[in-house]
Order: sequence, then C-alpha cells, then structure tokens
Amino acid sequence: MGELKLMKGNEAIAEAAIREGVDAYFGYPITPQSEVIEYLMMEKPEERTGMVVLQAESELAAINMVYGAAAAGKKVFTSSSSPGISLYQEGISYIAGAELPCVIANVVRGGPGLGTIQPSQADYFQTVKGGGHGDYRLLTLAPASVQEMADFIELGFELAYKYKNPVMILSDGMIGQMMEKVELKEQKPRWTDQEINEMNGSWAAIGKPETRERNIITSLDLDSAKMEQHNHHLQAKYRKMESDEVRFETFNTDDAEYLIVAYGSSARIAQKSLALARAKGIKAGLFRPITLYPFPMKALAELAPLLKGILSVEMSAGQMIEDIKLAVECNVRVEHFGRYGGIIHSPEEVLEALEQKIIGG
Amino acid sequence: MDIKDIVKEENLVYKKTPLMTNNVLSYCPGCGHGTAHRIVMEVLEELGAQAETIGVAPVGCSVLAYEFMNIDMIQAAHGRAPAVATGIKRCYPDKYVFTYQGDGDLAAIGTAETIHACNRGENFTIIFINNGIYGMTGGQMAPTTLKGMKTSTSPYGRDLGSMGNPLKITELVAQLPGTYFVTRQAVHTPAAVRKTKKAVRKAFDLQKENKGLCFIEIVSNCNSGWKMSPVKANQWMVENMFPFYPMGDVKVDGQLVIKG
Amino acid sequence: MAKVQGAIVVDIERCKGCEVCVPACPTQVIELAKEVNGKGYHFAYMANPEACIGCANCAIVCPDGVISVYKVKQSA
Repeated sequence: MGELKLMKGNEAIAEAAIREGVDAYFGYPITPQSEVIEYLMMEKPEERTGMVVLQAESELAAINMVYGAAAAGKKVFTSSSSPGISLYQEGISYIAGAELPCVIANVVRGGPGLGTIQPSQADYFQTVKGGGHGDYRLLTLAPASVQEMADFIELGFELAYKYKNPVMILSDGMIGQMMEKVELKEQKPRWTDQEINEMNGSWAAIGKPETRERNIITSLDLDSAKMEQHNHHLQAKYRKMESDEVRFETFNTDDAEYLIVAYGSSARIAQKSLALARAKGIKAGLFRPITLYPFPMKALAELAPLLKGILSVEMSAGQMIEDIKLAVECNVRVEHFGRYGGIIHSPEEVLEALEQKIIGG
Repeated sequence: MDIKDIVKEENLVYKKTPLMTNNVLSYCPGCGHGTAHRIVMEVLEELGAQAETIGVAPVGCSVLAYEFMNIDMIQAAHGRAPAVATGIKRCYPDKYVFTYQGDGDLAAIGTAETIHACNRGENFTIIFINNGIYGMTGGQMAPTTLKGMKTSTSPYGRDLGSMGNPLKITELVAQLPGTYFVTRQAVHTPAAVRKTKKAVRKAFDLQKENKGLCFIEIVSNCNSGWKMSPVKANQWMVENMFPFYPMGDVKVDGQLVIKG
Repeated sequence: MAKVQGAIVVDIERCKGCEVCVPACPTQVIELAKEVNGKGYHFAYMANPEACIGCANCAIVCPDGVISVYKVKQSA
C-alpha cells in the first residue's frame, strides 16, 4: 500500500505529478486551483526529482511553455481554472493539431466571464466539444474524488503518450478544494534524456543528429489536400479512442427503472440521492462517466431500453444532457437537473428533480 | 584564365551552408529573411551545433522557417515563440534554443511573452526581423510602422494621434535586467551581413555561458509591402528606417551603451 | 605579382532576379540576364567575368543563397 495522506484535491494532483516523474509544470495562479502551483513551489520539486516549475506571466504563456516542452519530448503538466482555461484554448488547439502529449487540469469554477470562484461543471462543452478552433478532441477524465485527482495523473500521461494527444482532467472547485484521504504512488524516476530520445526521438524537436531528418513540430500545412489528410489521421485516432478508451462506472443499474447520469462532484452527490431514492422504494441507478470524451455512448444506449427515464445531473444549465440524448437516440426520456453559477445541488434536490421531472413528469 | 579552371571544388570559397535545406525560399525576391536565415544557420554550422539546437518559428512571413532551416524546429502560435522557447530551454538548459520572429509577432501580439522572457533572463536567443509592416497578411500596419508610412491599414500614412507611435521594442527590452546583449543590425550590404553574423555568433556563445537573454534586431526590407523594387527598398530602408531604428549595439555585457 | 581571379556560379533556376547582388559587387561583375529562368526571373550572371575577385560579397547578400564563389591566386 502506498503512502496515505490527508490532502486537498489540488495538492494531491500536484504531489502525484512529482511522483509521476513529470519533467515540467507551467502555470498561472487562479482560484480555485492556485494550490497546485503553491504546493509545487513549496515542495521544491527541482530538488526532489529535478522537475521544472515555473510561474508564467499569463495563461497564454503557460500553455505555450507546455507546448514547447511537450514538443521537445518532455512530460509536462499544467493546471488552471475556467477563465484561464479559456486563455489556454489557442495553445490546446495547436497542441492537438501538432499531436503532442501533455496533461492539463481544469478545476472548474462558475461562469460565464469572471463568474465566481465556486465550483461548477459548466465547462463541459468547452472541453468535449472543442473549445479552441478546428476539428480536434481532448481525451477527458472526470475525477470524483481526491484519490482520482492523484490517480488520473498517471492514467492521463499513459493516454497522452499512447495517442500523442492532450488529456484534460476535468475537475471542479469542490474536488480541488476538499480534503480527503489519498493513497499516493511510489516515486517514479524521471525519464533520462537518453530514454526520451529512444521513446520520442522519432518525432520530438530535441536537436537533429546526422542520423535522421529534422523533426518539425507544426500544426500548419498550406497544402489543403495534405491538411485534409492530416485531419483524416486525427479523426481515425479519435475513433480509436472512442472504441478503446471509454471508462465509466455504474451503481444499482441491474434492476433500475430510472437512471441518474452524473460525473465528478455531481456523481458523489447523486450517490447519496440514489440511497435516498432506494430507501423510498424507487428503483433508481447511477451511471457515472469517467471519460467525458470519449463519452460512454454504447453503454448508455444498451441501458436505455430497460429504463423509464434518465436524469442528467450536472452543475450547469444542461450540457452533458446533449450527449446522453445522442447516446439514447430519444428512445427514453431525458431531463436535466443542476444548480449552477457556483451553487452545489443537494442530494435531496436531485431526488426531488428525479421524482418531479422523470417519475412524475 | 578560363572560368572552368577556376570553378573547381578546391577553389570554392563560399557556398550555401548545408544547414539550409534545398527547399526554394518562399520569400519575395530580395527579402532579407533569406539572408537572416542563412546567417543563423552559418553560425550554428560553425558551432557544430545542429544536433544541439532547437529553433522556434513564428507566425508571419517566416512561419515556414522550418522548411528552410535544417534543424529541429517548432512552429509557435502568433507571438508565443518566447514562451515556447522558455518551455524548451527550461527543460534542456544545455541546448541552444532560439526564436525567429517578425515585428508583428514579437512587438504586437507577443509583447507580453517577449518582455517577460527578457525580464526573466531566459538563456535563449531572439532573432527579431523588423521590416515595419505585416508582410504575410498583405502589408498592414505593424507596431514598428514609421510615422506617416503608408500601409494597407494606414493608407493615408500612420497618424500618430490615432494609431499610436512606432515601438522601439529593442530599446525597451534593453532596459530589463534579464537581457545581456541587445543589438540592432541589418543584412542589406556585405558589411552589414558580416556584422550581423558576428552579433549572432556572440549571442549563441553567450547563450552557452548562461549569460541571459540575447536579443538581435535585424532591420530589414519588405519590398512587396513597401511596393518598391528590392534595391530601392534597401535604399528607402537606409534613408527612413535607420534614422528611427539606428544601427549598433544597445546593450553589451549587461550594460546599456551610452550614445553621445 | 599575384593576381586573384574569381568566379561565381549562380543557381539560375533558384535565382529570383532581386538584383541585390549587383550593387554589392565591388568590381561590377554581375548583371541581370536578358533571358529569364523557368519562373520568369531575369537571373544574375557574370557579365564581366574577368573582373571577379572572388570576394563573395554577392553571395553573402544573396537572400536565396544561390551564388557559389570560387577563387584562385595566379602568379603572373
């Protein structure tokens, strides 16, 4: 068993990054995720592992530092919160276009605009439908605990390198700020330059030896036919993610007539709602997508014929509900419930919504 | 003596460096970009640094610099090259890292990245091509466009009252403690090319010594944007650009050069 | 007395006829040809080859790097 600690989600993700052997973190302070860079600076990772930590002058600079380090074959991590992630979008589009691996965490706060510093899940569209320009996709992991904040660092880098694609850990201010017990993994050694050369030397810009052609990292091709080819290649990669990387978990779905679908903080709240519903004799189940892209379309479609209704619960005005509707192709009724603008719904509110919008609706 | 007897391998005194690829340059005839590219590549060849160098290309006319420079390169978003270079250099402090940027990229959209990389004293080299105009997009006004200069977005000449002043970003970054060597050069004559090459060599040598950021402005022409022949454009540059953007070192060994 | 004799070779198809090399030559060797290359550019050539001293001034200002320079020292 690994080391047990009581940590904030933001601290856990930072500690996990050090232990993962991450080479560099670039970021810019923003509530509610500033503890990530604060923790890293306090821990002196340059002494612990040689990891570089730099506070950039802006989110624009931070994401482009990530782009540079990732392009040079290094394992690089960054984090921010909603308004900062909006500034990241240019860089994320370039990173996705140039097919670079990296892990980005968004500790979501309420919006739009400067919004609020309280938790929200209203960045779903931004994350899974694009955010930046062009046809690209972000592999998106939604942690529902401090433990998963830590665990998704390792999984995130595994997926990022497997697909040469940016991975988003879509958290929220609740998971980022709350303290929980977390089991930490053993320290992994950072890759040596020789290992990086062996693993990433075929594509990374790390200096051209005479033995190979130069490596170019770019998302540009002025020849539209070639650009279309590149897009075909990206789309094929995304289809592969959709077939191989779907992750979700279910609770009480075997005999469920009604299904709550929720991720992250909302899934934790919905677990309590589920217990309240079962206590009242309502045959409810819970479906928790862990990957938001790829979204568990097939699993939901398979459940749909057994259901009388689905309640999508999200701290937003209703974003994930669009993917649920696509998944079940209107074969079952789907409604949305969620508080937003920084308000967290209670288990009782969720149950009430299930009863009113789905069971009685 | 017959030309055939002169043109022999053993008599060769100058040819294009193999650190330039054989791709035909996408620049307009007479554009200084090609010369500036070659100077940087010649210096890297002299240093034997091809395997130890990572270049960052900007957005603008030189967006395709990686097609011509035979080294590992990364194409950056508009203005972000100094941030990208920071990410690389922090991870590889022993490698040579440089950005190659135009005036729109470096002194308008990327001003924050430029100033903060300079202020942090990042150990990489910035090659800054200033031709006072946005060439790639078709000759629009740049942050460096001179007073009264006509461009497609200042068709009646740059009006300082409504359009602001041309920005001497080189003098500005020289004020920052993180810059060690700041100079302004050109590539329109053989003498200017030789001086620029010396400056580039110095900057890369200083980078190896971790002295801080070295910043080389190259005042150049844009004959298409300026709507002149290449030779005429070079003359116009000497007569109009040089008085406002004077040639020479601005900061040497971390000390501002006092001109009197 | 040793006399320096130079010569240049222009990669005609890559020359864009920008003429920047012409004023760079201290001995007025180079002119633009009346003919054009495959891209329609009047390319640079040695109009006055015997005057070439192989100084490479033309080559180092050539933006497209199309000029190679050769030089021999003759004892006359």
